[in-house]
Amino acid sequence: MNLEKVIFAFFIVLALTLNFGFFIGDMDDPNHHNVYELFAALVVSLIATIMKFGDRAHIGAVLLATSLVADLQLIAAVIVWTMAVHASDAGLTPSIMSSIVSLSGGALLANITSVVILVTETVMFRR
Amino acid sequence: MHNLLYLLLRRMRTPLIVVILAYAISILGMVLIPGMDDQGNPWRMSFFHAFYFVSFMGSTIGFGEIPYPFTDPQRIWTTVAMYMTVISWLYAIGSLFSVLQDPAFKRILAFTTFSREVKAMREPFYMVCGMGGAGKLVVSELAAHDIRSVVVDRDQTKIQTLRLEELPIHVPGLTGDVTDTSTLLAAGLEKTQCRGVIALTGSDQINLTIAITSKLLVPERTVICRAEDHDNQANIASFGTDYIINPYDAFAKRFAMMFQSPSMYLVYEWMTSMHEAPLSEFAAPPRGTWIVCGFGRFGKAVQQSLSFKGIQTVIIEADIEGTEAPEGTIEGRGTEAITLHEAGIEQAVGLIAGTDDDANNLSIIMTAKKLNKDLFIVARQNLSTNDTLFSAANSDIAINPGRLIGQRVVDLITTPLLADFLRMAREQKEDWANVLVSRVVGVLTDKPPESWVITISTKETPAIVHLLRKGATVTLGSLQTDPRDITTSLPCVALYLKDADHNEELLPENDKRLDIGDQLLICGQPDAETHMRWTAQNLHALNYICSGSDSPSGSLWRLLGQRKQPGTKSPGMARDMQD
Repeated sequence: MNLEKVIFAFFIVLALTLNFGFFIGDMDDPNHHNVYELFAALVVSLIATIMKFGDRAHIGAVLLATSLVADLQLIAAVIVWTMAVHASDAGLTPSIMSSIVSLSGGALLANITSVVILVTETVMFRR
Repeated sequence: MHNLLYLLLRRMRTPLIVVILAYAISILGMVLIPGMDDQGNPWRMSFFHAFYFVSFMGSTIGFGEIPYPFTDPQRIWTTVAMYMTVISWLYAIGSLFSVLQDPAFKRILAFTTFSREVKAMREPFYMVCGMGGAGKLVVSELAAHDIRSVVVDRDQTKIQTLRLEELPIHVPGLTGDVTDTSTLLAAGLEKTQCRGVIALTGSDQINLTIAITSKLLVPERTVICRAEDHDNQANIASFGTDYIINPYDAFAKRFAMMFQSPSMYLVYEWMTSMHEAPLSEFAAPPRGTWIVCGFGRFGKAVQQSLSFKGIQTVIIEADIEGTEAPEGTIEGRGTEAITLHEAGIEQAVGLIAGTDDDANNLSIIMTAKKLNKDLFIVARQNLSTNDTLFSAANSDIAINPGRLIGQRVVDLITTPLLADFLRMAREQKEDWANVLVSRVVGVLTDKPPESWVITISTKETPAIVHLLRKGATVTLGSLQTDPRDITTSLPCVALYLKDADHNEELLPENDKRLDIGDQLLICGQPDAETHMRWTAQNLHALNYICSGSDSPSGSLWRLLGQRKQPGTKSPGMARDMQD
């Protein structure tokens, strides 16, 4: 067992699960989407990205790319949320909420790709 | 570039994670801890406010307690968060600087910059391996001739001095192991712009490696190689190295020439002397017994060529067995009066201080001069930094192997015709050399002659090519005429002509007809070259010289000129010269 691999896989899977937790629920209902969960998803996703820094293997490069996509999507979601709550009078309307959730949905897809790649690599490695 | 980025990112992994965690924990804490608004109502920071607050707190900007004054629990948490974020920042920045200062990182950075510079080179360039005395000379002379070069040397200080020297063009330099193929490739070995590889390191073995690597990877690349040992020389020659320069042999041959044919020696000296070097007064060495101090590679080469010319030598050598000195060799260094006495310094006519230590050589000269002040002294100067010392010691000839090699290389590159000329000149008699010397002296002032090559081609001499295409004749004499005053000639002498079919001619006469593809080697005063090139490029100047009268330059005047003399041939018109 390799501790580095454990930590690495832990963050990648955690990024996915948190992301999924935030995404699940009615698209336009703010009650179904917790702001703490979004925060946690973003932080974990950032950490997962940095853990992929400096990996020169091809798989490592693809993982870095998918992870960067997830970061961008989540940051976009956070900015939309912040703008809606603090910089506009409308507040968290259902339409804005659904755009936040769909952004995080994109991040979810990127995170799923990461996990699929991770699993594939692990399986290949076993052989 | 990718290497650099990967290295940087890899080393910054932990510091960045620490910073993100510190921020995340601080922000989360600020959001969770209850506060109070200005009305006294319970209030909680949103993530946005928390991020804003932590951002300015962590970077120690500190706008204060925004938007409402903090409660005590908030202040406690702020205290913790303050230390956490500031320390994480310091750690991250410290790591960043330590990566940037890391010798390995710096080496990769230098290598990357160098490779990029070489890759971006669009002009032809030469690769110089080894930045010793010879390498330095080659690089600065090539730069003076507007020829680009790149330098590789194992010693970092030598590459640093390259940056400090104010060369007219940028010369990329790399500290690296020249025996490593990747270094040579980074220096542009495989680039089409690379004209040649010049191996000038102090070790024959390394030069051999460079030569063999270049010839294996890019067989058509010209390789110029320094070799000091005959075994290595033969080895380097065996796989087709283009030019091998042995400084000791080169000097020994030149030295022997001084005895045999002083005028020829002078021709050689002039033609191969450096750019703007002072015109050396020539003194012929006397015949008689010579003392050779030091029987190393230099001493051996000189002794051999002296005995070949029938001149007797006495050798002084400290290590008789190691150098395999011949019988009758006197043991000692030659720095003491006793050894010199023993060698018969009083009867000797000349002395060669040829050890590989400059201090010893100087000491030999000083001692010998005290014992016999009429000695003709040849000194071997090993380091170019000792120039002042050797000129103060007042030896008749000071030979610096590094400089000699450097000069050879520069001549090979800048005036390739010179080697052809010198090869042919060597076969001539002393009388011929006398004639040449008197001709050259006739056109000279106090400066040494400069030599240059003119190729009759559309690019270099458009005017001549134009006239030749029209069927006119242009003679060498016209080219040598002063365009400002056609009754006088430029102060120069045409030494050698090689036409397109590789027919060679030494000292071509003035009525020699020029043809497209001719290459001319000319020597004379430096400004003669400027005027000559002007004539070769300016059709009107050339017309004027060929015909003796000015021709109209604009098309209107040309038309008028033709009207004025209907039916008659205008001697000033190049277009009419064909009939």
